[in-house]
Amino acid sequence: MIDMLFKVFIEPFLFMVEAPDLLIQTLWEGLVSGVLYALIALGFVLIFKASGVFNFAQGIMVVFAALILVGLYEKGVPAFLALILAALAMLVLAMVVERVVLRPLVNQPDIILFMATFGLTYFLIGFGELIFGGSPREMITDQLFLPQGTTEIDAFGGSIRFQHLDIAAAIIASIMIGLLAVFFSKTRIGRALRAVADSHKAALSVGISLNQIWVIVWFAAGIVALVAGIMWGARSGVSFSLQIIALKALPVLILGGFTSIPGAIIGGLIIGIGEKIGEFYWGPLVGGGVETWLAYVIALLFLLYRPQGLFGEKIIERI
Amino acid sequence: MSFRKLGLGLAAATMLAGMALPAFAQDSVYVPLFTYRTGPFAGSGTPIADGMHDYLRMLNERDGGIGGVKLVLEECETGYDTKKGVECYEAVKGKNPVVVNPWSTGITLPLIPRASVDKIPILSMAYGLSASARGDIFPWVFNPPATYWDGMSMLIKYIGEKEGGLDKLKGKKIGFLHLDASFGKEPIPLLQELSKELGFEVALYPVAAQDMQNQSSQWLSARRDRPDYMIMWGWGSMNGAAVKEAVRSGYPIDKFYSVWWPGEDDARAGGAGAKGFKMLNWHAVGANFPAIQDIQKHVVDKGLSKAPKDKVGELLYNRGIYNSLLIAEGIAQAQKLTGKKVVTGEDVRRGMENIKLDPARLKALGLEGFTDQLVLSCADHNGHRAAFMQEWDGTKWVKISNPIEPMTDRVKGQLDAAAKDYAEKNAGWPKRSEACDKAS
Repeated sequence: MIDMLFKVFIEPFLFMVEAPDLLIQTLWEGLVSGVLYALIALGFVLIFKASGVFNFAQGIMVVFAALILVGLYEKGVPAFLALILAALAMLVLAMVVERVVLRPLVNQPDIILFMATFGLTYFLIGFGELIFGGSPREMITDQLFLPQGTTEIDAFGGSIRFQHLDIAAAIIASIMIGLLAVFFSKTRIGRALRAVADSHKAALSVGISLNQIWVIVWFAAGIVALVAGIMWGARSGVSFSLQIIALKALPVLILGGFTSIPGAIIGGLIIGIGEKIGEFYWGPLVGGGVETWLAYVIALLFLLYRPQGLFGEKIIERI
Repeated sequence: MSFRKLGLGLAAATMLAGMALPAFAQDSVYVPLFTYRTGPFAGSGTPIADGMHDYLRMLNERDGGIGGVKLVLEECETGYDTKKGVECYEAVKGKNPVVVNPWSTGITLPLIPRASVDKIPILSMAYGLSASARGDIFPWVFNPPATYWDGMSMLIKYIGEKEGGLDKLKGKKIGFLHLDASFGKEPIPLLQELSKELGFEVALYPVAAQDMQNQSSQWLSARRDRPDYMIMWGWGSMNGAAVKEAVRSGYPIDKFYSVWWPGEDDARAGGAGAKGFKMLNWHAVGANFPAIQDIQKHVVDKGLSKAPKDKVGELLYNRGIYNSLLIAEGIAQAQKLTGKKVVTGEDVRRGMENIKLDPARLKALGLEGFTDQLVLSCADHNGHRAAFMQEWDGTKWVKISNPIEPMTDRVKGQLDAAAKDYAEKNAGWPKRSEACDKAS
């Protein structure tokens, strides 16, 4: 019993002190994962804020956007033109979703819209596999001038490895998150977005075009998906299993709240770093593989104290 | 519509179906192919599906089938999902399939008890339950040419030889990176037994299916544990991501070994840093065999294949060919044994117990030198054949070893015990009642 307590409460911390290089490496890996989780979570938050819908299709949008980019390049389209065309494809997707899925379902219960995004997910999986096939592809990292290579720093009696791609991913994702945060909090469209989130009917009554807002928001979520697809794809290849990684954004949303952009960022970092630290220092006690569920445990622990999430809006129902 | 018209319609439909069914049953042999061209495992599943389909289709196009009987090929998409795989089985079993290839250990396990009831042989080629190699206990299951336990023993033997002998493994640490599913866990009991016996330490690194492309934690842990060697039991997008992560994390790639499932795309994913990555294999890579050239001529060039031309002859494509070679041989042997042209699942089970793929037979099939010989029997449904080590040179696989025999002395006892244990734990497991043919 004492041995177990030692292994749980003392040994991991001793190891952190003994090997600070590994602690820094773990924190760095967690940070990179966290920023990427935050980026994916942001796609969910944008759509949830605009329509009150949890967009289950956000994961497959990541894969779809990345596959369009790689697929166009493989057809001979220059890399940066392919990037622009992939972004335009996400705009077309946003317009089609608004016209075919959202508009006919205005004012329907949220669960109906949620189920519609389920349908959209399976349609995009099938459509994507029909066009691109199921085989994994390599992201066009060099062609997009994303840096490769590693910088190894000797420190604390060991070494810390920084992948240049990870550094770029963290910087690009941070810029992206910053731009979106400013755009949706400081601009007229951002205010319109918040109005739509509060009430579709009230927003319509003051002249806000619901359809336009939805297209803008789905397009923004599509761009977020494209950037996330490029970064994850560059790290580990582009395949349909990337859509499962996108579901890692779920605990981030539970933690950060479904309506908060800062929540998505902070939540992403907490989950990313928390799961890496948990797996690395406490995983061996139970044979490893704790990362999969640890993110949810972290989110649920936070929920005990803040049911609305870290930055979510506190809902007060009058009775 | 009146009930009378409805009744007449149903009667007519029944008659038509009744007329069609015997025509299907009399003139052809039904071979369902469980495949996955979609989902996270499609990267491995697609080339195998192409190879399996194209070889059998080539026999149809070139020879009119096997023994003058056309093969009816039908793919069922499982997505590597056990539930969907069992649904596929239920969907095809009424069509008199002569053999079922689950192409997933997870799907194979629930089908094992059904096979003897439905009289449908299960071919789980080099995957599935290792203990099912025992034909006396599992008469309806075949897993040639080597079990996962054989594969693990070959890897340990090869690593031991690199160290200067198995005794030199004492005090070493071997990391085991595996898919956290039935498939990935299958060799763990043997690995742990070997670790006790030979004195090396094992560090397990499970990878959940949802984290196949997010393995930084596992490789960070490997950096902490500093295993002397890493062995991988991966599938689908896990393999390519693992090679990438190994390179990223700075793990010495020449100490990174895999069982026989990565393909060229997986190794390519690691870029130049993947040079030196090693894996087991038991058949040739390339298209320079008369049978594969016939596939190109009769199937690929005619647009009857889903495979891109440049993928014909790649490792996993050829793995699919090997799988279909076993199916075809099982059917051919069944025809020979029974004298029937249109054989059943029961006949093909007998046929598979009489497979004898010696060099002369391989030459006759246009596959001379494609693989080592394989002889199956009533008692041995596996063959426990040797594999060889191959290394990625940056652009292609290069064979770097002589045949590595499995450590039969260490594996057999455990395999026998596991087979008996399976039969005891599954109450009412039937004793073999199927007679053995003289030749087998």
